[in-house]
Amino acid sequence: MPPVIITEKLSKRFGDFIAANELTFQVEKGEIFGFLGANGAGKTTAMRMLCGLLVPSSGKATVAGFDVYKQTEKIKRKIGYMSQKFSLYDDLTVTENIRFYSGIYGMNNKQIGKKTLELLGELQMQNEARTLVSDLPLGWKQKLAFSVSIAHDPDIVFLDEPTSGVDPVTRRQFWELIYRASEKGVTIFVTTHYMDEAEYCNRISIMVDGVIAALDSPSNLEKKYGVATMEDVFYKLARNAKRKGE
Amino acid sequence: MITLNNLKKTFDKGKVTALKDISFSVEQDELFGLIGPDGAGKTTLFRILTTLLLADEGAATVNGFDVVKDYKKIRSCVGYMPGKFSLYQDLTIEENLNFFATVFGTTVKENYDLIKDIYLQIEPFKNRRAGKLSGGMKQKLGLCCALIHKPVVLFLDEPTTGVDVVSRKEFWEMLKKLKKQGITIVVSTPYMDEANLCDRIALIQKGQILSIDTPAKIIQSYPEPLYAIKSPDIFKSLEDTRTYPGISSCFAFGDALHATFNNSSDKGIIEYLHSKGHMDASLETITPGIEDCFIHLLKN
Repeated sequence: MPPVIITEKLSKRFGDFIAANELTFQVEKGEIFGFLGANGAGKTTAMRMLCGLLVPSSGKATVAGFDVYKQTEKIKRKIGYMSQKFSLYDDLTVTENIRFYSGIYGMNNKQIGKKTLELLGELQMQNEARTLVSDLPLGWKQKLAFSVSIAHDPDIVFLDEPTSGVDPVTRRQFWELIYRASEKGVTIFVTTHYMDEAEYCNRISIMVDGVIAALDSPSNLEKKYGVATMEDVFYKLARNAKRKGE
Repeated sequence: MITLNNLKKTFDKGKVTALKDISFSVEQDELFGLIGPDGAGKTTLFRILTTLLLADEGAATVNGFDVVKDYKKIRSCVGYMPGKFSLYQDLTIEENLNFFATVFGTTVKENYDLIKDIYLQIEPFKNRRAGKLSGGMKQKLGLCCALIHKPVVLFLDEPTTGVDVVSRKEFWEMLKKLKKQGITIVVSTPYMDEANLCDRIALIQKGQILSIDTPAKIIQSYPEPLYAIKSPDIFKSLEDTRTYPGISSCFAFGDALHATFNNSSDKGIIEYLHSKGHMDASLETITPGIEDCFIHLLKN
C-alpha cells in the first residue's frame, strides 16, 4: 500500500517570505498523523497545499495518489476537512447537514439515506435527527462535524484544531471517534494545541519557522529529546522560533 | 474587589440559560481563573461584570461599584480584553493605543511603565494596521489597550485560546508581572493546565460553578484513589479496560489512561489487561490534575 501523502521538498513562498520550506514527509494509510507547530510556523500553508487549495511554489506532493499541482479537484473528492471555525450549517437540522454534505460529494439518494441512518446510530443521535444544529451543545456539533467530514468515505481527513474549546469528556470521546475511523483505514491528519492529544497520534511532525524540525512517534521524540512529555518536546523545539503569530 | 450574588442570565426569552445562580467573590490582587469549555457561561459573566450586559436577577459589584447603578465608574476603572479581537482593524498599533488612552482621558506616556514590557515586543510594527497583525501580536496589542488607563481590575476572556504552548507560557508570565503591580486579574481559559497558574479558580460548566477554590485544594478534594495505566496501545487498552468488571471510570490522558475502580483495593486490572494481550501494561497511583477533577465533577 503506497503512502497516502507523499511530499518532497514541498515549498511555498509569498514574495520573500518562505512560509513552508522544503517539506519532505510521508503519511501511511490509516495513520493518525499529528501536525504540530507554533502559530506562524507554516502549518496552515502546508495543509492548504495538501488540500489542493493553494498551489505550491516548488517541490512535489501527491495526496491520495493525485498531484497537488494538476489534480486538485480529484484530491478534493478524496479528502474530508473539518475545523473548529467552520463545520456545519447552524440553521439546518442534523439530518439536513448530513444530506447536504453527502450530496455535495456526489453521493446518491440511496447512499445518503443509508449513511444518515448509520451516522445517527453511531453518534446515538437518533432523537436529534430533526434538531437544528444551532441547538446542539458544542461537543455534539464537533462529533457530528467529524462524522459528516468522513461521510463520503475519504482516504484522508484533515482536522484543524477539532477539539478547541470542547469540554474534557467530549474531547476524549472525539478522539475515540478519530481512533475508530483510523481503524477503518481513514488516514487522519490533525492539528492541535492540546499536547496530551499529541500523545494519541502514531507519529508527530513539529514545524518551526517553515521547516519540519522533528518527525517521529511521540515516544521516540520524548526519548530523543530526553523529556517525559510531548509538551516538553514541543517547548524545546519551538521556544527559539523566530516566527510568531499566525 | 469583585462580588457576585445570585446572578442569573437567560437568553432567547428564557429558553437558554447562560448563568444559573452564580455567587462568588474575587479578592484584591488575586489572579482568578474561570475554567470551562465553550458555552459554560464565561463570556456572559465577563459581559455582566464589565457592564455590557444586564443580569436577569442578582447583583454584582466591581471595585465597590454596582454593575447597574455605577456602570460608568466601573467602565473607567476596569480593562477588558474580549475573546474576539475588538480593536480597530484599520488603525495602526500606535493609533489604537493612542485612541484608547485618549478615550480614557490619559496618555500613553503617563502609564507607559505598565505596558512597556509588552509594548516593546510589538513596537517595531507600530505603523502596521491592527488588521494585518499576527494572532500573537494582536493579543499583545489588545492587552496594551486594556491596560493603558491603569485599570484596577483586568478582565481577560480566553486570551490564550488557539495559541501555541510556547506563546501561552509567555502570556502567563506577563500576567504574573501585572499581578505584582497590583492589578486584580480575572482570566478565562478552556485549557485546564493553565488552572495551576491561578491563585484561585472556578470550574464552570453550563452556567454553573462546579467547584471554586485554590487549584491545590480542588485537587486535594478529589474523593477517590486515581490510577494511571500505561500500555503502548492507548486506545485498545482503553477499550479493554472499560470491559473490566471493577472499573468505575477510565479516560485517555496523553500517554496513559486514568482510571478509578469501584473497590479502591482492586488490583486485578493488570492481570486482566495481560489476559487481553497487553503484556506491557503497568499500574501506578497518581495525583489527579485539574482536568481529572473537572471530569469527576461533570460526572456528578
